Amino acid sequence: MLRIMLIRLVSVVPVLLGISVISFFVIRMIPGDVISSIMGEDFADPQVEAEMRRYFGLDMPIHEQFLHWFGGLLQGDLGTSMRSGQPVLSEIADRFPATLLLAVSALVVSILISIPFGVVSATKRNGVLDAASRLISLVGLSLPNFWLGILLVYVFSVTLGWLPSQGSGDGGLADLRYLILPAVTLGASLAAISMRMTRSSMLEVLNQDYVRTARAKGLGEHVVVVRHALRNSLIPVVTVLGIQAGALLGGTVVVEQVFSWPGLGTMVIRGISQRDYPVVQGTLLFLAFFYVVVNLLVDLIYVYLDPRLRSGH
Amino acid sequence: MVTEPAPAPPAARRDGLRLLRVILKDRIGAVGMVIVVVMTLAAVLAPLIAPYDPTAMSSRRLETPGGVFPLGADEAGRDLLSRALYGARTSLTVSLIVVTCAGVIGVVLGLLAGFYRGVLDGVITPVMDVLFSFPTLLLALAVVAARGPGTENLILALVIVFIPSFARIVRGTALSVSKEPYVESAHAVGLSSARIIFKYVLPNSVAPIAVQFTTSLAYAILIEASLGYLGLGVQPPQPSWGSMLSSGKAFMELSLWPSLVPGICIMITVLGFNLLGDTLRDALDPRLRGRSGR
Repeated sequence: MLRIMLIRLVSVVPVLLGISVISFFVIRMIPGDVISSIMGEDFADPQVEAEMRRYFGLDMPIHEQFLHWFGGLLQGDLGTSMRSGQPVLSEIADRFPATLLLAVSALVVSILISIPFGVVSATKRNGVLDAASRLISLVGLSLPNFWLGILLVYVFSVTLGWLPSQGSGDGGLADLRYLILPAVTLGASLAAISMRMTRSSMLEVLNQDYVRTARAKGLGEHVVVVRHALRNSLIPVVTVLGIQAGALLGGTVVVEQVFSWPGLGTMVIRGISQRDYPVVQGTLLFLAFFYVVVNLLVDLIYVYLDPRLRSGH
Repeated sequence: MVTEPAPAPPAARRDGLRLLRVILKDRIGAVGMVIVVVMTLAAVLAPLIAPYDPTAMSSRRLETPGGVFPLGADEAGRDLLSRALYGARTSLTVSLIVVTCAGVIGVVLGLLAGFYRGVLDGVITPVMDVLFSFPTLLLALAVVAARGPGTENLILALVIVFIPSFARIVRGTALSVSKEPYVESAHAVGLSSARIIFKYVLPNSVAPIAVQFTTSLAYAILIEASLGYLGLGVQPPQPSWGSMLSSGKAFMELSLWPSLVPGICIMITVLGFNLLGDTLRDALDPRLRGRSGR
């Protein structure tokens, strides 16, 4: 098991390196360059421009720029926001908890919906409930999450007035009600994917010999489903949760925007509209790293959960 | 030992008409097909069937449906039906261009990596893996952030996002097909690489590519709408469903219609492509049955 885990750990290194290189070059895709893009045409004082170019290290050859940037990255230096003058990393640290809270809550919502529905769907295959939950998950897959958010705001904030539609409150416990709509929005759209996965992996497990054995032993259907089938079918579902981390992070960007949630998503979008390139670059890099690390953790959990892998085969 | 190259397995070469019949016989597939055809017609015929100019403003702001405007009007008094029809045009054009370009580039890269292997594989595959390891929307955001909002950059961003999945599929098939005895014997008889690719490798990839193409279209429409909603996609005044939703939300307390119409359009269109993709997957490759498209 240790060997598999080590191999997996090492395999992350080139991916992280690749992500860094891509993030570095994305900023080089700006037509013209950062300075002319920020300063605009009418601001073109050559001396100021040269000064800024030197300040941001843009006068160096590109490989030196990269080494300089990458060296900073290794020390946790993601640059400085061009608008606030704050280090990008500290801005990220300020806002990441909100994004994490939203993402984790959404994941919980998604698990609460998808596992019961997926299991029922598989055990009562081709029944009315199965058809209904499959239809719901297909519609859920086709529904843009921000639209679901808009509809929820209309029903629960505008019409019923039960829940706030914007912001996150002051951080008190009562302010958790700010979390409900964004978390449900994001969680429901994730549930659509994992519902399908739970169903199909549950179906696969239910056809296995050991499930037949369990039934033949005379175990109750409930015990067979929960103790024998569900536990084993959760292994692929864990993988899906890892894949969902990507959808989750992308989803937060849009859903945060719908609810003005003060996380990294709103920060990135504001950074884009303000042309605050270090903020955009740093945040996207951070999110991509986070995604890779989450997937790594999921894989490690997977190795731990699957006895076949645990013994090292 | 010299042998005649064995005939290609019949699995991949299917009659298009027969496939269509299979899709239409499946109830779900038929629904998907109808949705896709109707939406495509709406997009193509928008200039002919839209009752109004989608950008023409009027004083009938936020009017409810049933009056002059069949589906009501938005905050600038523009006809929602006409805007939705032109929105279909925008959305489907962008998605089709994106998925076609990404498909062609991805197939070529996948072939190069999987068929020729060696250095090419060593360069292409890691790059694809890294691109793949970026969350889709974030990658698109990164490109749009650097290049600025607008239709061309949107297309560029989405093409980059969709290339890796095609490249992966084709590389996989190319790798496994080139180990088959009939391809080895084709090599042995001296068939050119190009002939082998077109005769054996590509036909075997057609089924998964077709499935990927359809589900990618669904996904491209969703991402296009998301970026439009964030104000980073097709720019106003050109109507797009995503940006219609973002202005619709601002006036939600006064009228729900501007938030309802484009949302329903997105949902139905994406659903249509998803249904079609699911049916295609079942019809073309029974092994993939039941797996999620993303």
